[in-house]
Amino acid sequence: MAKLARKVALVGAGMSKFGRHFPNKRNPDLWIDAWLDAVSKVDNGINSKDIDACYVGNYSSDLFNHQGHLGPQMANLVGLTPKPAPRFEGACASSGIALRQAVIAIASGVHDVIAVSGVECMTELPTTGVTDVLATASDSLFEYPAGATFPGLYGTLASAHMHKYGTTIEDLMRVGIKNHENGRENPYAQMQQSIKEMMESKKARLEKEGKDIPDWKDEFDFLKSRSNPMIAYPLRLFDCSLITDGAACLFLAADNVAKKFTDTPIWITGTGQGSAALSLHDRDDLTSFIASREAARQAYQMSGLKPKDIQICEVHDCFTIAEIVALEDLGFYERGKAVEAIKNGETKRDGVLPINTSGGLKSKGHPVGATGAAHAVEIFKQMRGIAERNRQVKFDVEKAMTHNLGGSGGTCVVHIYEK
Amino acid sequence: MSEIVKDFTIESYLEYIRNKKLMGSKCKDCGETYVPVRKLCTKCNTANMEWVEMSGKGKVAAFTSITVGTPFFVEKGYGRNKPYCFSVIKLDEGPMVSGQLVGVDESKPETISVDMPVKVKFLETEIKGETRVDLGFEPA
Repeated sequence: MAKLARKVALVGAGMSKFGRHFPNKRNPDLWIDAWLDAVSKVDNGINSKDIDACYVGNYSSDLFNHQGHLGPQMANLVGLTPKPAPRFEGACASSGIALRQAVIAIASGVHDVIAVSGVECMTELPTTGVTDVLATASDSLFEYPAGATFPGLYGTLASAHMHKYGTTIEDLMRVGIKNHENGRENPYAQMQQSIKEMMESKKARLEKEGKDIPDWKDEFDFLKSRSNPMIAYPLRLFDCSLITDGAACLFLAADNVAKKFTDTPIWITGTGQGSAALSLHDRDDLTSFIASREAARQAYQMSGLKPKDIQICEVHDCFTIAEIVALEDLGFYERGKAVEAIKNGETKRDGVLPINTSGGLKSKGHPVGATGAAHAVEIFKQMRGIAERNRQVKFDVEKAMTHNLGGSGGTCVVHIYEK
Repeated sequence: MSEIVKDFTIESYLEYIRNKKLMGSKCKDCGETYVPVRKLCTKCNTANMEWVEMSGKGKVAAFTSITVGTPFFVEKGYGRNKPYCFSVIKLDEGPMVSGQLVGVDESKPETISVDMPVKVKFLETEIKGETRVDLGFEPA
Protein backbone atom coordinates (compact mmCIF):
# COMPACT_ATOMS: atom_id res chain seq x y z
CA MET A 1 0.00 0.00 0.00
CA ALA A 2 1.79 3.10 -1.22
CA LYS A 3 1.63 6.41 0.61
CA LEU A 4 -0.78 8.98 -0.83
CA ALA A 5 0.78 10.73 -3.84
CA ARG A 6 -0.09 14.09 -2.27
CA LYS A 7 -0.81 14.84 1.39
CA VAL A 8 -4.45 15.51 2.31
CA ALA A 9 -5.53 17.63 5.27
CA LEU A 10 -8.78 17.86 7.19
CA VAL A 11 -9.14 21.64 7.64
CA GLY A 12 -12.66 21.86 9.02
CA ALA A 13 -15.43 19.61 10.31
CA GLY A 14 -18.90 20.09 11.71
CA MET A 15 -22.30 18.52 12.11
CA SER A 16 -25.95 19.21 12.67
CA LYS A 17 -27.53 18.35 15.99
CA PHE A 18 -28.42 14.65 15.76
CA GLY A 19 -31.97 13.66 16.70
CA ARG A 20 -35.51 13.16 15.51
CA HIS A 21 -35.97 16.23 13.32
CA PHE A 22 -38.52 15.35 10.62
CA PRO A 23 -40.62 17.26 9.50
CA ASN A 24 -39.00 20.34 11.05
CA LYS A 25 -35.75 19.47 9.31
CA ARG A 26 -35.24 17.37 6.18
CA ASN A 27 -32.06 16.44 4.30
CA PRO A 28 -31.42 19.93 2.85
CA ASP A 29 -31.95 21.62 6.25
CA LEU A 30 -29.74 19.14 8.10
CA TRP A 31 -26.98 19.50 5.51
CA ILE A 32 -26.98 23.31 5.70
CA ASP A 33 -26.75 23.09 9.51
CA ALA A 34 -23.73 20.79 9.16
CA TRP A 35 -22.13 23.02 6.51
CA LEU A 36 -22.47 26.17 8.64
CA ASP A 37 -21.06 24.35 11.68
CA ALA A 38 -18.07 23.12 9.65
CA VAL A 39 -17.45 26.57 8.10
CA SER A 40 -17.30 28.01 11.63
CA LYS A 41 -14.50 25.56 12.45
CA VAL A 42 -12.19 26.64 9.59
CA ASP A 43 -9.64 29.00 11.17
CA ASN A 44 -9.20 31.36 8.22
CA GLY A 45 -12.66 30.85 6.75
CA ILE A 46 -13.76 28.95 3.65
CA ASN A 47 -16.39 29.58 1.03
CA SER A 48 -17.80 27.77 -1.96
CA LYS A 49 -15.37 29.49 -4.38
CA ASP A 50 -12.52 27.64 -2.67
CA ILE A 51 -14.13 24.22 -3.20
CA ASP A 52 -13.80 22.00 -6.29
CA ALA A 53 -16.36 19.28 -5.61
CA CYS A 54 -18.99 18.03 -3.17
CA TYR A 55 -18.83 14.30 -2.30
CA VAL A 56 -22.08 13.13 -0.74
CA GLY A 57 -22.49 10.00 1.39
CA ASN A 58 -26.08 8.87 1.83
CA TYR A 59 -27.53 5.41 2.30
CA SER A 60 -31.12 5.53 1.23
CA SER A 61 -32.85 8.85 0.67
CA ASP A 62 -34.56 6.90 -2.13
CA LEU A 63 -36.47 4.72 0.34
CA PHE A 64 -36.54 7.02 3.39
CA ASN A 65 -37.58 10.18 1.54
CA HIS A 66 -38.50 9.17 -2.03
CA GLN A 67 -35.55 11.22 -3.25
CA GLY A 68 -32.69 9.86 -5.29
CA HIS A 69 -29.87 11.84 -6.89
CA LEU A 70 -28.90 13.66 -3.72
CA GLY A 71 -25.44 14.82 -4.87
CA PRO A 72 -26.36 17.83 -7.02
CA GLN A 73 -29.13 18.82 -4.60
CA MET A 74 -26.74 19.07 -1.65
CA ALA A 75 -24.07 20.83 -3.76
CA ASN A 76 -26.53 23.45 -4.98
CA LEU A 77 -27.65 24.33 -1.44
CA VAL A 78 -24.13 25.45 -0.52
CA GLY A 79 -23.31 27.27 -3.78
CA LEU A 80 -21.27 24.54 -5.44
CA THR A 81 -23.27 24.24 -8.70
CA PRO A 82 -22.00 23.33 -11.39
CA LYS A 83 -19.10 21.51 -9.71
CA PRO A 84 -18.96 17.68 -9.54
CA ALA A 85 -21.32 16.24 -6.91
CA PRO A 86 -21.28 12.43 -6.83
CA ARG A 87 -23.15 10.39 -4.24
CA PHE A 88 -21.66 7.31 -2.57
CA GLU A 89 -23.55 4.39 -1.05
CA GLY A 90 -22.27 1.58 1.15
CA ALA A 91 -25.05 1.26 3.72
CA CYS A 92 -23.91 2.74 7.08
CA ALA A 93 -20.42 3.28 5.62
CA SER A 94 -21.68 5.66 2.89
CA SER A 95 -19.98 8.84 4.09
CA GLY A 96 -16.86 6.92 5.14
CA ILE A 97 -16.64 5.96 1.46
CA ALA A 98 -17.30 9.59 0.39
CA LEU A 99 -14.45 10.70 2.68
CA ARG A 100 -12.11 8.04 1.29
CA GLN A 101 -12.95 8.90 -2.33
CA ALA A 102 -12.35 12.58 -1.59
CA VAL A 103 -8.95 11.75 -0.08
CA ILE A 104 -8.07 9.71 -3.18
CA ALA A 105 -9.28 12.43 -5.56
CA ILE A 106 -7.17 15.09 -3.83
CA ALA A 107 -4.12 12.83 -3.58
CA SER A 108 -4.42 12.11 -7.30
CA GLY A 109 -4.31 15.81 -8.15
CA VAL A 110 -7.75 15.93 -9.77
CA HIS A 111 -9.14 18.24 -7.06
CA ASP A 112 -7.52 20.52 -4.46
CA VAL A 113 -10.41 21.08 -2.04
CA ILE A 114 -13.49 18.93 -1.50
CA ALA A 115 -16.51 19.28 0.78
CA VAL A 116 -17.60 15.86 2.07
CA SER A 117 -21.24 15.58 3.05
CA GLY A 118 -22.88 12.81 5.05
CA VAL A 119 -26.64 13.09 5.37
CA GLU A 120 -29.64 10.96 6.30
CA CYS A 121 -33.19 11.74 7.37
CA MET A 122 -34.69 8.50 8.70
CA THR A 123 -37.67 9.50 10.82
CA GLU A 124 -39.82 10.40 7.83
CA LEU A 125 -40.78 6.70 8.06
CA PRO A 126 -42.26 4.99 11.13
CA THR A 127 -39.95 2.56 12.97
CA THR A 128 -41.26 -0.51 11.12
CA GLY A 129 -40.54 1.22 7.80
CA VAL A 130 -37.03 2.22 8.94
CA THR A 131 -36.35 -1.39 9.98
CA ASP A 132 -37.43 -2.60 6.57
CA VAL A 133 -35.25 -0.05 4.72
CA LEU A 134 -32.24 -0.98 6.85
CA ALA A 135 -32.88 -4.65 6.07
CA THR A 136 -32.16 -3.94 2.39
CA ALA A 137 -28.51 -3.49 3.41
CA SER A 138 -28.43 -7.17 4.32
CA ASP A 139 -29.06 -10.09 1.98
CA SER A 140 -32.64 -9.88 0.69
CA LEU A 141 -32.56 -13.25 -1.08
CA PHE A 142 -31.77 -15.68 1.72
CA GLU A 143 -31.32 -13.92 5.09
CA TYR A 144 -34.39 -11.71 4.97
CA PRO A 145 -36.84 -14.53 4.07
CA ALA A 146 -35.40 -16.53 6.99
CA GLY A 147 -36.49 -13.68 9.29
CA ALA A 148 -33.27 -11.70 9.66
CA THR A 149 -33.57 -8.13 10.92
CA PHE A 150 -30.55 -5.91 11.50
CA PRO A 151 -30.53 -6.40 15.27
CA GLY A 152 -31.13 -10.08 14.47
CA LEU A 153 -27.94 -10.34 12.40
CA TYR A 154 -25.87 -8.65 15.11
CA GLY A 155 -27.56 -10.83 17.75
CA THR A 156 -26.52 -13.83 15.68
CA LEU A 157 -22.92 -12.58 15.54
CA ALA A 158 -23.05 -11.95 19.29
CA SER A 159 -24.14 -15.56 19.93
CA ALA A 160 -21.06 -16.80 18.06
CA HIS A 161 -18.76 -14.41 19.99
CA MET A 162 -20.29 -15.44 23.32
CA HIS A 163 -19.89 -19.11 22.46
CA LYS A 164 -16.29 -18.83 21.32
CA TYR A 165 -14.91 -16.34 23.84
CA GLY A 166 -17.30 -16.47 26.77
CA THR A 167 -18.46 -12.88 26.19
CA THR A 168 -21.38 -12.08 28.53
CA ILE A 169 -24.42 -9.83 28.38
CA GLU A 170 -22.77 -7.67 31.08
CA ASP A 171 -19.82 -7.20 28.69
CA LEU A 172 -22.26 -5.91 26.08
CA MET A 173 -23.96 -3.63 28.61
CA ARG A 174 -20.64 -2.02 29.62
CA VAL A 175 -20.25 -0.70 26.06
CA GLY A 176 -23.64 1.04 26.16
CA ILE A 177 -23.07 2.43 29.67
CA LYS A 178 -19.69 3.89 28.64
CA ASN A 179 -20.99 5.40 25.39
CA HIS A 180 -23.92 7.08 27.15
CA GLU A 181 -21.47 8.55 29.71
CA ASN A 182 -19.71 10.16 26.74
CA GLY A 183 -22.85 11.16 24.87
CA ARG A 184 -24.17 13.10 27.87
CA GLU A 185 -21.18 15.42 27.33
CA ASN A 186 -21.94 15.99 23.66
CA PRO A 187 -24.37 18.83 22.89
CA TYR A 188 -24.84 17.43 19.37
CA ALA A 189 -25.91 13.97 20.62
CA GLN A 190 -29.43 12.59 20.34
CA MET A 191 -29.55 11.13 23.89
CA GLN A 192 -27.57 13.29 26.29
CA GLN A 193 -28.20 11.14 29.34
CA SER A 194 -26.25 8.43 31.09
CA ILE A 195 -27.99 5.11 31.59
CA LYS A 196 -27.88 5.74 35.36
CA GLU A 197 -29.73 9.03 34.84
CA MET A 198 -32.33 7.26 32.72
CA MET A 199 -32.74 4.63 35.42
CA GLU A 200 -33.22 7.29 38.12
CA SER A 201 -35.74 9.20 36.05
CA LYS A 202 -37.68 6.02 35.38
CA LYS A 203 -37.78 5.31 39.13
CA ALA A 204 -38.93 8.89 39.81
CA ARG A 205 -41.67 8.59 37.20
CA LEU A 206 -42.96 5.32 38.69
CA GLU A 207 -42.93 6.87 42.16
CA LYS A 208 -44.89 9.87 40.92
CA GLU A 209 -47.46 7.56 39.33
CA GLY A 210 -47.79 5.73 42.65
CA LYS A 211 -46.47 2.47 41.22
CA ASP A 212 -44.01 0.02 42.76
CA ILE A 213 -40.48 1.34 42.61
CA PRO A 214 -38.15 -1.32 41.23
CA ASP A 215 -35.23 -2.30 43.38
CA TRP A 216 -32.46 -1.74 40.82
CA LYS A 217 -29.06 -1.66 42.55
CA ASP A 218 -27.20 -0.41 39.51
CA GLU A 219 -27.38 0.06 35.75
CA PHE A 220 -26.95 -3.65 35.15
CA ASP A 221 -30.11 -4.46 37.13
CA PHE A 222 -31.97 -1.79 35.15
CA LEU A 223 -30.62 -3.09 31.83
CA LYS A 224 -31.70 -6.65 32.68
CA SER A 225 -35.23 -5.54 33.57
CA ARG A 226 -38.39 -5.27 31.50
CA SER A 227 -37.59 -1.58 31.05
CA ASN A 228 -34.96 -2.73 28.56
CA PRO A 229 -36.88 -5.16 26.35
CA MET A 230 -35.23 -7.91 24.32
CA ILE A 231 -35.03 -7.06 20.60
CA ALA A 232 -32.94 -9.93 19.23
CA TYR A 233 -31.27 -12.18 21.79
CA PRO A 234 -28.83 -11.38 23.33
CA LEU A 235 -29.39 -7.76 22.23
CA ARG A 236 -31.84 -5.63 24.16
CA LEU A 237 -33.08 -2.14 23.32
CA PHE A 238 -30.06 -0.48 24.97
CA ASP A 239 -27.68 -2.61 22.90
CA CYS A 240 -29.01 -0.97 19.73
CA SER A 241 -28.07 2.37 18.18
CA LEU A 242 -30.71 4.99 17.51
CA ILE A 243 -32.91 6.01 14.61
CA THR A 244 -31.67 9.49 13.79
CA ASP A 245 -31.81 12.43 11.40
CA GLY A 246 -28.55 14.29 10.92
CA ALA A 247 -25.75 15.50 8.71
CA ALA A 248 -22.01 16.08 8.91
CA CYS A 249 -19.60 18.13 6.79
CA LEU A 250 -15.84 17.84 6.29
CA PHE A 251 -13.48 20.11 4.38
CA LEU A 252 -10.43 18.41 2.87
CA ALA A 253 -7.54 20.22 1.19
CA ALA A 254 -4.31 19.28 -0.59
CA ASP A 255 -1.04 20.03 1.25
CA ASN A 256 -0.16 23.02 -0.95
CA VAL A 257 -3.47 24.81 -0.27
CA ALA A 258 -4.25 23.62 3.30
CA LYS A 259 -2.22 26.49 4.81
CA LYS A 260 -4.68 28.95 3.29
CA PHE A 261 -7.35 27.62 5.65
CA THR A 262 -5.45 26.81 8.82
CA ASP A 263 -2.01 26.74 10.43
CA THR A 264 -2.85 23.47 12.18
CA PRO A 265 -4.08 20.97 9.58
CA ILE A 266 -4.89 17.40 10.55
CA TRP A 267 -3.36 15.04 8.02
CA ILE A 268 -5.21 11.96 6.81
CA THR A 269 -2.27 9.59 6.48
CA GLY A 270 -4.06 6.29 6.03
CA THR A 271 -7.21 5.16 4.25
CA GLY A 272 -8.48 1.63 3.74
CA GLN A 273 -11.63 -0.08 2.58
CA GLY A 274 -12.63 -3.74 2.71
CA SER A 275 -15.59 -5.87 1.71
CA ALA A 276 -17.19 -9.17 2.71
CA ALA A 277 -19.97 -11.46 1.55
CA LEU A 278 -23.30 -9.78 2.24
CA SER A 279 -24.77 -12.86 3.93
CA LEU A 280 -23.36 -14.06 7.24
CA HIS A 281 -23.69 -17.65 6.00
CA ASP A 282 -21.17 -16.93 3.23
CA ARG A 283 -18.45 -15.87 5.70
CA ASP A 284 -15.75 -18.04 7.23
CA ASP A 285 -15.78 -16.33 10.62
CA LEU A 286 -18.82 -15.09 12.55
CA THR A 287 -16.81 -13.59 15.43
CA SER A 288 -14.93 -10.98 13.39
CA PHE A 289 -15.41 -8.79 10.30
CA ILE A 290 -12.99 -9.54 7.49
CA ALA A 291 -13.88 -6.19 5.86
CA SER A 292 -12.70 -4.38 9.02
CA ARG A 293 -9.47 -6.33 9.23
CA GLU A 294 -8.73 -5.61 5.57
CA ALA A 295 -9.58 -1.89 5.80
CA ALA A 296 -7.42 -1.57 8.92
CA ARG A 297 -4.53 -3.47 7.32
CA GLN A 298 -4.50 -1.04 4.38
CA ALA A 299 -4.75 2.08 6.55
CA TYR A 300 -2.00 0.94 8.94
CA GLN A 301 0.28 0.04 6.06
CA MET A 302 -0.28 3.35 4.29
CA SER A 303 0.37 5.41 7.42
CA GLY A 304 3.19 3.24 8.71
CA LEU A 305 1.48 3.19 12.11
CA LYS A 306 0.60 0.24 14.31
CA PRO A 307 -2.43 -0.33 16.56
CA LYS A 308 -0.41 0.71 19.65
CA ASP A 309 0.24 4.14 18.06
CA ILE A 310 -3.46 5.03 17.91
CA GLN A 311 -4.50 7.17 20.89
CA ILE A 312 -8.26 7.50 20.37
CA CYS A 313 -10.72 5.91 17.98
CA GLU A 314 -14.32 6.35 16.91
CA VAL A 315 -15.63 2.86 16.12
CA HIS A 316 -18.90 1.80 14.54
CA ASP A 317 -21.02 0.73 17.53
CA CYS A 318 -24.30 0.19 15.69
CA PHE A 319 -24.82 -2.53 18.31
CA THR A 320 -22.80 -3.05 21.50
CA ILE A 321 -21.29 -6.29 20.16
CA ALA A 322 -19.99 -4.36 17.12
CA GLU A 323 -17.76 -2.17 19.34
CA ILE A 324 -16.26 -5.25 21.01
CA VAL A 325 -15.55 -6.91 17.66
CA ALA A 326 -14.15 -3.65 16.20
CA LEU A 327 -11.61 -3.32 19.02
CA GLU A 328 -10.34 -6.78 18.10
CA ASP A 329 -10.50 -6.34 14.32
CA LEU A 330 -8.55 -3.07 14.51
CA GLY A 331 -5.78 -4.87 16.37
CA PHE A 332 -6.11 -2.98 19.67
CA TYR A 333 -6.77 -6.22 21.54
CA GLU A 334 -6.37 -9.90 20.80
CA ARG A 335 -9.46 -11.83 19.78
CA GLY A 336 -11.68 -12.40 22.78
CA LYS A 337 -9.67 -10.00 24.97
CA ALA A 338 -11.45 -6.67 24.33
CA VAL A 339 -14.12 -7.30 26.97
CA GLU A 340 -11.48 -7.53 29.70
CA ALA A 341 -10.00 -4.18 28.64
CA ILE A 342 -13.47 -2.62 28.59
CA LYS A 343 -14.14 -3.99 32.08
CA ASN A 344 -10.86 -2.44 33.26
CA GLY A 345 -11.98 0.95 31.97
CA GLU A 346 -9.31 1.20 29.28
CA THR A 347 -11.80 2.46 26.68
CA LYS A 348 -13.40 5.12 28.90
CA ARG A 349 -12.71 8.82 28.36
CA ASP A 350 -10.02 8.74 31.06
CA GLY A 351 -8.67 5.34 30.00
CA VAL A 352 -5.55 4.54 27.99
CA LEU A 353 -7.52 4.15 24.73
CA PRO A 354 -10.67 6.30 24.76
CA ILE A 355 -13.23 4.83 22.35
CA ASN A 356 -16.26 6.72 21.05
CA THR A 357 -15.78 9.90 23.08
CA SER A 358 -18.64 11.33 20.98
CA GLY A 359 -21.10 8.94 22.60
CA GLY A 360 -20.98 6.63 19.62
CA LEU A 361 -23.91 5.59 17.51
CA LYS A 362 -25.55 4.38 20.71
CA SER A 363 -25.90 7.79 22.34
CA LYS A 364 -24.93 10.39 19.73
CA GLY A 365 -27.26 8.71 17.22
CA HIS A 366 -26.90 6.94 13.89
CA PRO A 367 -28.23 8.75 10.81
CA VAL A 368 -26.71 5.95 8.75
CA GLY A 369 -25.33 7.86 5.76
CA ALA A 370 -23.96 10.66 7.97
CA THR A 371 -22.20 8.44 10.50
CA GLY A 372 -18.83 8.01 8.74
CA ALA A 373 -18.36 11.76 8.33
CA ALA A 374 -19.57 12.37 11.90
CA HIS A 375 -16.86 10.01 13.18
CA ALA A 376 -14.29 12.37 11.61
CA VAL A 377 -15.99 15.40 13.21
CA GLU A 378 -15.32 13.98 16.70
CA ILE A 379 -11.71 13.15 15.84
CA PHE A 380 -11.22 16.70 14.48
CA LYS A 381 -12.52 18.15 17.76
CA GLN A 382 -10.46 15.87 19.98
CA MET A 383 -7.27 16.54 18.00
CA ARG A 384 -7.90 20.29 18.11
CA GLY A 385 -8.76 20.14 21.81
CA ILE A 386 -12.20 21.70 21.26
CA ALA A 387 -14.55 18.86 22.29
CA GLU A 388 -17.46 20.36 24.22
CA ARG A 389 -18.41 20.06 27.91
CA ASN A 390 -16.40 17.48 29.83
CA ARG A 391 -15.65 15.31 26.82
CA GLN A 392 -12.16 16.43 25.83
CA VAL A 393 -9.55 13.75 26.57
CA LYS A 394 -6.85 14.83 28.98
CA PHE A 395 -3.86 14.30 26.69
CA ASP A 396 -2.72 15.80 23.40
CA VAL A 397 -4.08 13.62 20.59
CA GLU A 398 -1.45 13.22 17.88
CA LYS A 399 -2.75 10.06 16.19
CA ALA A 400 -6.33 8.89 15.85
CA MET A 401 -8.56 6.54 13.86
CA THR A 402 -12.11 6.19 12.58
CA HIS A 403 -13.83 2.88 11.78
CA ASN A 404 -17.04 2.94 9.74
CA LEU A 405 -18.86 -0.34 9.09
CA GLY A 406 -21.61 -0.87 6.51
CA GLY A 407 -24.58 -3.19 6.98
CA SER A 408 -23.74 -6.38 8.83
CA GLY A 409 -20.09 -5.94 7.90
CA GLY A 410 -20.22 -6.12 4.09
CA THR A 411 -18.25 -2.85 3.84
CA CYS A 412 -15.73 -1.21 6.13
CA VAL A 413 -13.76 2.03 5.82
CA VAL A 414 -10.90 2.96 8.16
CA HIS A 415 -9.01 6.27 8.32
CA ILE A 416 -5.95 7.37 10.27
CA TYR A 417 -5.38 11.00 11.28
CA GLU A 418 -2.14 12.66 12.40
CA LYS A 419 -1.16 16.16 13.47
CA MET B 1 -33.09 -39.56 -22.16
CA SER B 2 -31.23 -37.83 -19.39
CA GLU B 3 -32.96 -35.21 -17.28
CA ILE B 4 -32.40 -31.63 -18.42
CA VAL B 5 -29.94 -30.03 -16.01
CA LYS B 6 -31.40 -26.95 -14.38
CA ASP B 7 -29.34 -23.81 -14.81
CA PHE B 8 -27.38 -22.86 -11.67
CA THR B 9 -29.57 -19.87 -10.82
CA ILE B 10 -31.22 -18.63 -7.65
CA GLU B 11 -34.62 -19.47 -9.10
CA SER B 12 -33.58 -23.09 -9.73
CA TYR B 13 -32.34 -23.33 -6.12
CA LEU B 14 -35.58 -21.85 -4.80
CA GLU B 15 -37.63 -24.19 -6.99
CA TYR B 16 -35.84 -27.13 -5.39
CA ILE B 17 -36.66 -25.67 -1.95
CA ARG B 18 -40.32 -25.38 -2.99
CA ASN B 19 -40.08 -29.10 -3.82
CA LYS B 20 -38.51 -29.70 -0.40
CA LYS B 21 -35.04 -30.50 -1.61
CA LEU B 22 -31.94 -28.74 -0.30
CA MET B 23 -29.63 -28.68 -3.30
CA GLY B 24 -26.25 -27.12 -3.88
CA SER B 25 -23.73 -26.91 -6.70
CA LYS B 26 -20.44 -28.78 -6.63
CA CYS B 27 -17.46 -27.70 -8.71
CA LYS B 28 -16.43 -30.56 -10.97
CA ASP B 29 -12.90 -29.13 -11.10
CA CYS B 30 -12.05 -28.58 -7.42
CA GLY B 31 -14.92 -30.20 -5.52
CA GLU B 32 -15.99 -27.03 -3.64
CA THR B 33 -19.69 -27.12 -2.70
CA TYR B 34 -21.97 -24.07 -2.70
CA VAL B 35 -25.28 -23.71 -0.87
CA PRO B 36 -27.14 -21.53 -1.83
CA VAL B 37 -26.20 -22.44 -5.38
CA ARG B 38 -23.53 -20.63 -7.39
CA LYS B 39 -22.70 -20.98 -11.05
CA LEU B 40 -19.14 -19.65 -10.75
CA CYS B 41 -16.66 -21.38 -8.48
CA THR B 42 -14.74 -18.59 -6.75
CA LYS B 43 -12.05 -21.04 -5.58
CA CYS B 44 -10.89 -21.98 -9.08
CA ASN B 45 -12.75 -19.43 -11.27
CA THR B 46 -14.49 -22.00 -13.45
CA ALA B 47 -18.19 -22.49 -14.19
CA ASN B 48 -18.24 -26.28 -14.30
CA MET B 49 -20.87 -27.25 -11.76
CA GLU B 50 -23.10 -30.21 -10.97
CA TRP B 51 -26.13 -30.33 -8.68
CA VAL B 52 -25.74 -32.24 -5.41
CA GLU B 53 -28.38 -32.87 -2.76
CA MET B 54 -27.49 -32.03 0.83
CA SER B 55 -28.20 -34.47 3.65
CA GLY B 56 -29.97 -31.68 5.52
CA LYS B 57 -27.92 -32.41 8.63
CA GLY B 58 -25.77 -29.84 10.34
CA LYS B 59 -25.03 -27.80 13.46
CA VAL B 60 -26.04 -24.37 14.70
CA ALA B 61 -23.18 -21.97 13.89
CA ALA B 62 -24.94 -18.92 15.37
CA PHE B 63 -28.49 -17.88 16.22
CA THR B 64 -30.74 -15.22 17.66
CA SER B 65 -34.27 -15.07 19.00
CA ILE B 66 -36.14 -12.13 17.48
CA THR B 67 -38.98 -10.29 19.22
CA VAL B 68 -39.24 -7.40 16.74
CA GLY B 69 -39.55 -9.25 13.45
CA THR B 70 -39.81 -8.64 9.74
CA PRO B 71 -43.28 -7.89 8.27
CA PHE B 72 -43.55 -11.49 6.95
CA PHE B 73 -42.88 -12.98 10.39
CA VAL B 74 -45.17 -10.48 12.10
CA GLU B 75 -47.89 -11.58 9.67
CA LYS B 76 -47.18 -15.18 10.68
CA GLY B 77 -48.03 -14.20 14.27
CA TYR B 78 -44.54 -13.73 15.73
CA GLY B 79 -43.78 -10.81 18.02
CA ARG B 80 -43.05 -9.64 21.54
CA ASN B 81 -44.85 -12.57 23.16
CA LYS B 82 -43.90 -15.14 20.54
CA PRO B 83 -40.31 -14.69 19.34
CA TYR B 84 -38.81 -16.70 16.50
CA CYS B 85 -35.32 -18.03 16.03
CA PHE B 86 -33.14 -17.03 13.07
CA SER B 87 -30.07 -19.21 12.66
CA VAL B 88 -26.98 -19.79 10.56
CA ILE B 89 -26.48 -23.52 10.10
CA LYS B 90 -23.23 -25.22 9.16
CA LEU B 91 -24.20 -28.19 7.00
CA ASP B 92 -22.31 -31.46 7.40
CA GLU B 93 -21.16 -31.01 3.78
CA GLY B 94 -19.40 -27.75 4.74
CA PRO B 95 -21.40 -24.76 3.48
CA MET B 96 -23.47 -22.55 5.78
CA VAL B 97 -27.09 -21.48 5.17
CA SER B 98 -29.62 -19.20 6.86
CA GLY B 99 -32.94 -20.52 8.10
CA GLN B 100 -35.57 -20.33 10.79
CA LEU B 101 -34.87 -22.74 13.65
CA VAL B 102 -38.07 -24.34 14.98
CA GLY B 103 -38.80 -26.87 17.69
CA VAL B 104 -36.80 -24.88 20.25
CA ASP B 105 -37.93 -22.67 23.14
CA GLU B 106 -37.52 -19.27 21.51
CA SER B 107 -38.59 -17.44 24.67
CA LYS B 108 -35.72 -19.12 26.55
CA PRO B 109 -32.85 -18.56 24.11
CA GLU B 110 -30.33 -19.55 26.81
CA THR B 111 -31.53 -23.12 26.22
CA ILE B 112 -30.50 -22.98 22.54
CA SER B 113 -26.82 -23.45 21.87
CA VAL B 114 -24.19 -23.04 19.20
CA ASP B 115 -23.04 -26.46 17.92
CA MET B 116 -26.46 -28.02 18.60
CA PRO B 117 -27.13 -30.73 15.95
CA VAL B 118 -30.04 -29.94 13.64
CA LYS B 119 -31.78 -31.36 10.60
CA VAL B 120 -33.62 -29.67 7.76
CA LYS B 121 -37.32 -28.95 8.09
CA PHE B 122 -39.15 -27.32 5.19
CA LEU B 123 -41.60 -24.77 6.56
CA GLU B 124 -44.94 -24.29 4.83
CA THR B 125 -46.95 -21.07 5.10
CA GLU B 126 -50.34 -20.46 3.49
CA ILE B 127 -50.40 -17.04 1.84
CA LYS B 128 -53.45 -15.95 -0.15
CA GLY B 129 -54.39 -19.53 -0.96
CA GLU B 130 -50.89 -20.52 -2.02
CA THR B 131 -48.38 -22.58 -0.07
CA ARG B 132 -44.99 -21.01 0.39
CA VAL B 133 -42.07 -23.24 1.39
CA ASP B 134 -39.06 -21.88 3.27
CA LEU B 135 -35.85 -23.54 4.36
CA GLY B 136 -35.87 -24.21 8.10
CA PHE B 137 -34.22 -26.46 10.67
CA GLU B 138 -35.16 -28.31 13.86
CA PRO B 139 -33.14 -30.09 16.54
CA ALA B 140 -31.87 -33.45 15.24
